[in-house]
Amino acid sequence: MDFGFIFSSALGELFSPTTAAYALAALGLAVHFGYSGLLNFGQAGFMAVGAYGFAISTLTFNAPFFVALLISVVCSVIFAFILGIPTLRLRADYLAIVTIAAAEIVRYVVTTNQLTKVTGSANGLAAFENTFYAMNPFPEGSYMGMNNRDFFIRVVGWGLVIVCCVLVWLLMRSPWGRVLKGIREDENAVRSLGKNVYSYKMQALVIGGILGALAGMIFTLPRGAVQPSNYGTELTFFLWTCLLLGGMATVLGPVIGAMIFWVVLSLTQSLLYGLIESGAVTWLTTVQAGQLRYILVGVALMLLMIFRPQGVFGNKKELAFA
Amino acid sequence: MSETNDNNIGNTENTENIDYMTDSRPIAVGENTPGCKKRDPIVVAEDVTRSFGGINAVDVEYLEIPRHKITALIGPNGAGKTTLFNLLTGFDTPNTGKWQFEGNSLAGVSSYKVARMGMVRTFQLTKVMGKLTVMENMRLGAADQPGERLSKALFKGMWGGREKEITAQANILLEKFKLDAKKDDYAASLSGGQRKLLEMARSLMVRPKLVMLDEPMAGVNPALTQSLLDHIKNLKAEGMTVLFVEHDMNMVRHIADWVVVMAEGKVVAEGPPGEVMKNPAVIDAYLGAHHDVDLGDAEGIKELEAELEADDESVVGTEDAGILSEITEPTEPRKEEGK
Ligand SMILES: Nc1ncnc2c1ncn2[C@@H]1O[C@H](COP(=O)(O)OP(=O)(O)OP(=O)(O)O)[C@@H](O)[C@H]1O
Ligand SMILES: [Mg+2]
Repeated sequence: MDFGFIFSSALGELFSPTTAAYALAALGLAVHFGYSGLLNFGQAGFMAVGAYGFAISTLTFNAPFFVALLISVVCSVIFAFILGIPTLRLRADYLAIVTIAAAEIVRYVVTTNQLTKVTGSANGLAAFENTFYAMNPFPEGSYMGMNNRDFFIRVVGWGLVIVCCVLVWLLMRSPWGRVLKGIREDENAVRSLGKNVYSYKMQALVIGGILGALAGMIFTLPRGAVQPSNYGTELTFFLWTCLLLGGMATVLGPVIGAMIFWVVLSLTQSLLYGLIESGAVTWLTTVQAGQLRYILVGVALMLLMIFRPQGVFGNKKELAFA
Repeated sequence: MSETNDNNIGNTENTENIDYMTDSRPIAVGENTPGCKKRDPIVVAEDVTRSFGGINAVDVEYLEIPRHKITALIGPNGAGKTTLFNLLTGFDTPNTGKWQFEGNSLAGVSSYKVARMGMVRTFQLTKVMGKLTVMENMRLGAADQPGERLSKALFKGMWGGREKEITAQANILLEKFKLDAKKDDYAASLSGGQRKLLEMARSLMVRPKLVMLDEPMAGVNPALTQSLLDHIKNLKAEGMTVLFVEHDMNMVRHIADWVVVMAEGKVVAEGPPGEVMKNPAVIDAYLGAHHDVDLGDAEGIKELEAELEADDESVVGTEDAGILSEITEPTEPRKEEGK
């Protein structure tokens, strides 16, 4: 087995654009659940809205990059309002149900054959990333073993993660963030102090949703394709895994959580493949190994919940009162 | 309605030089009957009803709460006191009725707007934000913090100054409520009584015009109760109006200027504390015939025994007499009045 390769590919996952996308989307979940107590089980839906919003406006309307970006953000805001208006006045569980359903609805809508011209149906859309790479300031060449395109998307993706983390951190230490945390603890108490709880929840839903949409774009750009199957319910649950791994009411937690998630996936995959290829393991096929690693992620999550339930960055003291 | 307004206007001329602490003008206009008009009402409720599955939890025909006074709302368990609080503050919607605060109708106004207008309540089942520190809980109460707007939250320069004022205000209150040592602890780590105190202190951070306290002293130790009672009295000096629910009659006697008695959802009596507590209807429905006897000491028990002996309905002093006298022996557990 080539351990050097195994570790270098695991290390590569650490800063891959997909990890950046997961980090952003999980940060959105932290805003929703960790800080505001909003149970969003449809973050994949926000990512899909972001990705399709960008791809469709680029392909169908020939929109320049920043216009397409703006459209996709606006779409995610509208999506947040559609989800929030009927549910945010109700108990927390209703939002959970509605978001799961809405994310699935988005996926089915883009899959329908009637919309093939616009959404590409099950095959999805491709070749919308040129407006993005046209802005690449890095000339061709090798950047730490990457070509200039791979390097550019990483710089943009992680730059975005850093900017968003700083913004979320600034927001959450402000009195505005304090109101959100108060709502998470007891919304009637916050109401009795004269704060418009509904409006705060809506703002949090929108902000987390925008982070999801940006994540959707970072997720699709390096792939050069957007496909409905990428935005299934399991994506949402992977994001929740990242959030739980890192710690819920923290800014760095979701980022580190996403990194751990992908490194663990990559390590287990390479190790299992290596073992199978070297003949040490004969009772597994490589396909089964691919499935087994998700089981291992689940086991890792269980161990974490048992031994460090607050996540990597979470505050143990907070948990004592959960 | 116009009558009340006239009253208000007639009053404003001399409000400036009135000391609310010593103001002894009559509170009611005319007789102290249930639903009587007040000289200067801050809240007026008319025909407010709320029923839960056929039971009328609240059925208030007419009620005025006097401004710049401390009003106690008393009544048996399930009388509808908490429900009335919920209705007045927009946390629940009545089946019928209208009510107003300082002349503004509050029907259909959402609870947070009611609080912003200056009518702030606490909850009988204490609500503290467990995973925020005591200090953050207090700060959350403050009004007019520009940093609570998303547009300004990012820029500390725009809210840092106000935050300092808020913190100073919170420190003073925490000291009064004996919570200053706890201010950096999570509110979830407070004891039951401390939570009551925190909730009350937090409601005062809003600087309300009318503060509505639902059993504020339940579970608070006697010494602290004393000092807080003085604090509540002093709120009057700052121009606040207080409405509170309490089952401790000593407290009611001690600080209330006015007492409203509810039973089965209705206002059954109103008046100054001394007068209301002698009202036979109130004694019947709520206080019990021997409410002024202190069962805590031997003296009180003897007194009660003597009273009961004189009472025809009681078994004390007859052949069926129970074991009441045993209680005077300190080691014995306290027992019910005999069978
Ligand atoms: N949400 C509810 N659903 C059904 N019934 C209710 C509800 N809230 C209150 N009630 C009923 O309304 C009546 C009044 O309750 P309320 O809580 O106002 O009493 P209270 O006067 O505050 O009593 P206590 O002194 O015990 O606090 C009770 O009979 C109660 O059972
Ligand atoms: Mg009550």
